[in-house]
This record gives sequence, C-alpha cells and structure tokens, in this order.
Amino acid sequence: MNFTEFFTAFPEMSKSGLRAFKKTVDGAYRQFSREYGDAIEAVFDPVLFFLIWFEKLLQNSPWIVVLIVFLALIYFGSRSIYLTIGSFIAFIFIGYFGMWEDTMSTVSIIGVCTFLSIGFGIPIGILMSGSDRARASISPILDIMQTMPSFVYLIPVVMLLGIGKIPGLLAVVIYAIPPIIRLTDLGIREVDKEVLEAAEAFGANRSQKLFRVQLPLALPTIFAGINQTIMMALAMVVIASMIGVKGLGQPVLKAIANQYFTMGLLNGLAIVVLAIIFDRVSQSFGKRLQQHRQGSHE
Amino acid sequence: MSNVKIKIENLYKIFGHNAKGLTSEVKEGLDKDELLAKHNHVLGLDNINIDIEEQSIQVIMGLSGSGKSTLIRHINRLIEPTEGVVMVDNQDVTKLNKNELLEFRRNRTGMVFQRFGLFPHQNIVDNVQLGLSIKGVDKSESNETAMFWIDKVGLNGFEYKFPNQLSGGMQQRVGLARALANDPDILLMDEAFSALDPLIRSDMQDQLLELQKNLKKTIVFITHDLDEALKLGDRIAILNGGKLVQDGKPEDILLSPADEYVTNFVKDVNRTKVLKIKTIMKDSIQSGSDCPKVAMDSNIESCLPLFLDGESVLSVTDDEKNIVGSVSREEVANILKRY
Ligand SMILES: Nc1ncnc2c1ncn2[C@@H]1O[C@H](COP(=O)(O)OP(=O)(O)O)[C@@H](O)[C@H]1O
Ligand SMILES: [Mg+2]
Repeated sequence: MNFTEFFTAFPEMSKSGLRAFKKTVDGAYRQFSREYGDAIEAVFDPVLFFLIWFEKLLQNSPWIVVLIVFLALIYFGSRSIYLTIGSFIAFIFIGYFGMWEDTMSTVSIIGVCTFLSIGFGIPIGILMSGSDRARASISPILDIMQTMPSFVYLIPVVMLLGIGKIPGLLAVVIYAIPPIIRLTDLGIREVDKEVLEAAEAFGANRSQKLFRVQLPLALPTIFAGINQTIMMALAMVVIASMIGVKGLGQPVLKAIANQYFTMGLLNGLAIVVLAIIFDRVSQSFGKRLQQHRQGSHE
Repeated sequence: MSNVKIKIENLYKIFGHNAKGLTSEVKEGLDKDELLAKHNHVLGLDNINIDIEEQSIQVIMGLSGSGKSTLIRHINRLIEPTEGVVMVDNQDVTKLNKNELLEFRRNRTGMVFQRFGLFPHQNIVDNVQLGLSIKGVDKSESNETAMFWIDKVGLNGFEYKFPNQLSGGMQQRVGLARALANDPDILLMDEAFSALDPLIRSDMQDQLLELQKNLKKTIVFITHDLDEALKLGDRIAILNGGKLVQDGKPEDILLSPADEYVTNFVKDVNRTKVLKIKTIMKDSIQSGSDCPKVAMDSNIESCLPLFLDGESVLSVTDDEKNIVGSVSREEVANILKRY
C-alpha cells in the first residue's frame, strides 16, 4: 500500500474477510436459533395465549358492549365528558368505515405491550434508580433500543421466532419500553431527599421506603412514562404489521403498496384517533394522581 | 446530676472514598480546609466528645457547614461514622446490625426536620402515625395515638388535610407530633424551627418547653440562632469546622466564651436580658440589712433600676421568697463591661 492511497481510500477490511465475518456471525446465529428457537418461543407461549384471548374478547363481544366499556373507561380515566363524547363519535366513525375489527386488534396489541412494558419497565427502573452503576450500564442499552432502526432488530427476531404476533410484540416492546424505565428511574431519583430521610429515620426498611415513599411520590412521573410508552407503541403499529401483526397497520401497508389513498388515510386517521384518546386519558389520569401535591393552598 | 443518655466518643466523619485512610492525618492535626485542599475530602466531624444528659435539652450550634446535621445524624446512624463510638444507654449504636438499627430507630429516636419532611401524599393523621405504621402497630391503636398527638400540638380539625394545605408552622407541628407519637426517649431536632417566621418560631419554642415539662425526653436540638439556643438549651455545644469548640451551660457560653468564634457568636446578645440573677449571685447573705429583694429567676436587667437608684447590694430570693444570696453592683457592672 503506498502513501497517497492511504489517504484517499479508507484502509478497509478485505472483501473476502468481510464476507467471511458476516457468514460466521450469521451462521452462528442461525445455528443458535435452530437450536433454541423453539424453546424461546415456548417461553412466549403464555403471552401469545393472553394476546389472542384478549384480541378475541374484543372482537367477538358485541360491539356495543365493547364501546360502552371503552367509553366508561375513558370517562373514569379522564373525568371529561367532552373527551367521552368525542371518543364516542370517533368510534362510530371507525366502525362505520369498516375498521372496527382492525382497531380491536390494535387496541389489544397496544394493551398487551403496555402491560408488558409496565411489568418489566418499572422493576428495571427501580433497579436503575438504586445504583449509579446499574444506571450507567442500562442507560446506553436504552439509547440503542430507541435509536437503532427497528428493522435492524426485527431481523434477528424474525430469524429466531419467524413471522407472527410474538416477534411483532417484541419489536413493539423493545421500542416502547425505554421511556417507562427512564421515567421510573427519574421519578424515584427526584423524590425529596428529606422525605425519604424521614422514612429512614423512623426505621423504614428498603421495601417500606420503596412502597410508601419512592413509588407513590414518583407515580406522576412514572405515569408520564406510561403515556409515552403507549404513544411509542402506537407509532410502531405500522412497522409491526410488516412482520405479521394484525391491526390498523396492515391496511396502511396495503395502501402504500397499491396506492390506495383513501384507505391509507382512513386507517391512518383511526391510528391518530386512538393515539389522541390514549394520550388524553392517561395524561389527565396522571394529573389527577398529583393533585394533592400542587393542590390548592387554603 | 442525672445520667448520661448519649455519650459520643472520639467521633470522626470524613466524606469521600478514602475516608478511613485519611483519619490518621486528621488525627495528626490536618484541619477541614487542609483536608479539602490536599485530598479533596470533606471533614465533617473532627474528634467529637460529648455527654448528653438524660431528660435535658442539648443544643448544638454552629455556622452553616460546621457539621451540626452530620453530628445529629450519627445518633440514629443515618450517617455512618468513619471512626468513633456513639453510646446510647450504654449500647454502641455504631455496632448495631441492620435489623437492630431499624429497631433502634423505630423505638428509641424520633426526628424533626428543618423542611418538615412530611409525606405530601398522605393526610395529617397518616403522617403522624408514620412511625407506628412502620412498626406494624395495629391500625386502630395507631390512629388513636395519632389523634391524641394531633390534639396535643393543637391541630384539631386538620386531621384529614394534606401537608401542603397547612402553613409552615402547622406543618412543623405535624412533624413534632409524628416524632412524639412514636414515644421515643430521644428527640432529634435538626433546625426544626429555622424555617418558621419569628413569631411562630417563638410559639413553637414555648410549646416545646411546655411539652418537655411533662415528657422529659432527651432532646438534641440544632440551631444557628443564639437566642433560640439560650431559650431552649440546658447545655449548648458549639461546632466550628467539624470541631467541638465549647460545650457548657448557657451562662458559661455567654460569660466565658472559649475562643473568638464563640465570642463572635455571643457578642450581640443582651446579657442582662438573658442571664438570670442566680447565675451571678453570691451565696453570702447580707445579714441584718433591709436591702431590696430580687427573685433569683428574674433576669439581671430587672435589678438595674435599683442600682441606678443608688443601691449597692440586693438580696436574692427563691420561689418561696426566702433570701438565698446577694448580688452586688460591682458584679453586675462587670457583666456589662464585657460588651
Ligand atoms: N454527603 C456528603 N458528602 C460530602 N460532604 C458532605 C456530605 N454531607 C455533608 N457534607 C459536608 O460536611 C460539612 C458539614 O455539613 P453539615 O453537617 O450539613 O453542616 P450544618 O448542618 O452544620 O450546616 C459541610 O462542609 C458539608 O458540605
Ligand atoms: Mg444542617
């Protein structure tokens, strides 16, 4: 290699070397997925079972019952009659334009993903808040989860588990879980030191401190995390549908492929409507949680 | 003389990762500034030795950063000592294991904080029964105890309010009730009244003294306000840069400050108002004379008019109006001259 060449072309790995490298990694991973794929899939069986059960429940119950339950939840979450009426109109629109079933699929996957994100995210967030070392090691992983293009981590997931609901669910959870982890950590770290010290001074042990002080005081922040998690899960709906998740994403994909403008728009709007409802309800619920904090001073 | 309740011996606290390794240098005389400059460690406490008497109010005073909070937190071991012994009733707190320490905090000490440290998400009753519920005391019993103390500190009618609906003074009453509801024998108060307005503060001081008459707790009270220290303290300890520079009765501090730092603390105090006549009276009784009488518990200021009228000696009387001693014009003049 001569001197000028060194500066004009990056001294890269040889083509054959790179090929061999990729081949080895891919081969090893393929080997791994062949051997453990089934076992790993079995781990997710309960989740799959639950997801299917929930989806069927929403789809097979009379639409009017589902609608009433939804509206009741929306009202008790937000205590806003306007939002409830708005949601009613939106659901009528969704049903009238033939998107009811897909919407139920989407709601069910969002519900399960949110549930899983909370179930794993909050404990991880607690762990992270407890030690700076845990935070230093988990934080970069969260960065990767959020910035890595989702298609890239879909590849190994699909290689491992094939196309279907579970890989889709994993993709959504990976993308949507970081905010709840981060905000649980932040919420706990922001708890007033003196309040925590008071609990300690009165002899609170670790779990008493966690459940009586840290979690209750962090709850509004944690709720902001849940809100973001739901929003991000919704944002993943279209991408997840590429690997076989049913719901509003699939018609959108079909519309893109075939240039069906109206179909794309309608389904897109349905996603937007769901997002707005989820957002408003979880936000006003979160606000009510912290009312006593900024509550009126007599 | 009553018993020593809390005995702190050779207590050192250095903040930083190599605290233990640096104690020897501190023992050899490295002071707070030098330790910071040389090793980037903070000297919190430097060889503290103090005996705190049972049922007394021990005030700890000092400028901000002098180590007051650090010291009081060693008594319930919210802060681990670098070296030293903290004996409470002949039990070394620094040697307790995890569970013993929790039990110790649950049963023996109560703490009141400068910014109150109340739970914003719980109402007043629940706040007051914090200690009891941590101990797992039966709900109805702890509720009853909480109500009793809420009443004691004068907060009836506010049981189901939240802390942020109360004024600062009321919030600190909650803090006090919370500490007392646990019935600890030691009360740790870290600048408990410093955040309050002067009038409310004075009220709270009176209330604390009133409660103490019956409760007879051992109280460690931190303040940076000398008037408060003189009003409350049976003894006053003064910290400077983590060192204990003086520990004595209020009159000792006023009349013979140990160094310039203490002198600066006490220089603006009106001694004739603060000092009681009994602290300067002589036991000798002026026999046969019919000089005017003053009560031993009144302050020196109250005898100034008599001296200005030309008296040179006054008789001092106790509560039953018996003459127990005398005080002369010269002695009072001496106190005044030290201004
Ligand atoms: N956790 C800590 N880490 C490092 N330095 C500390 C820590 N806590 C207190 N200090 C230092 O110790 C000294 C005494 O602090 P403190 O006891 O809070 O003082 P005071 O209560 O008298 O104002 C100060 O210089 C403070 O900066
Ligand atoms: Mg302090």
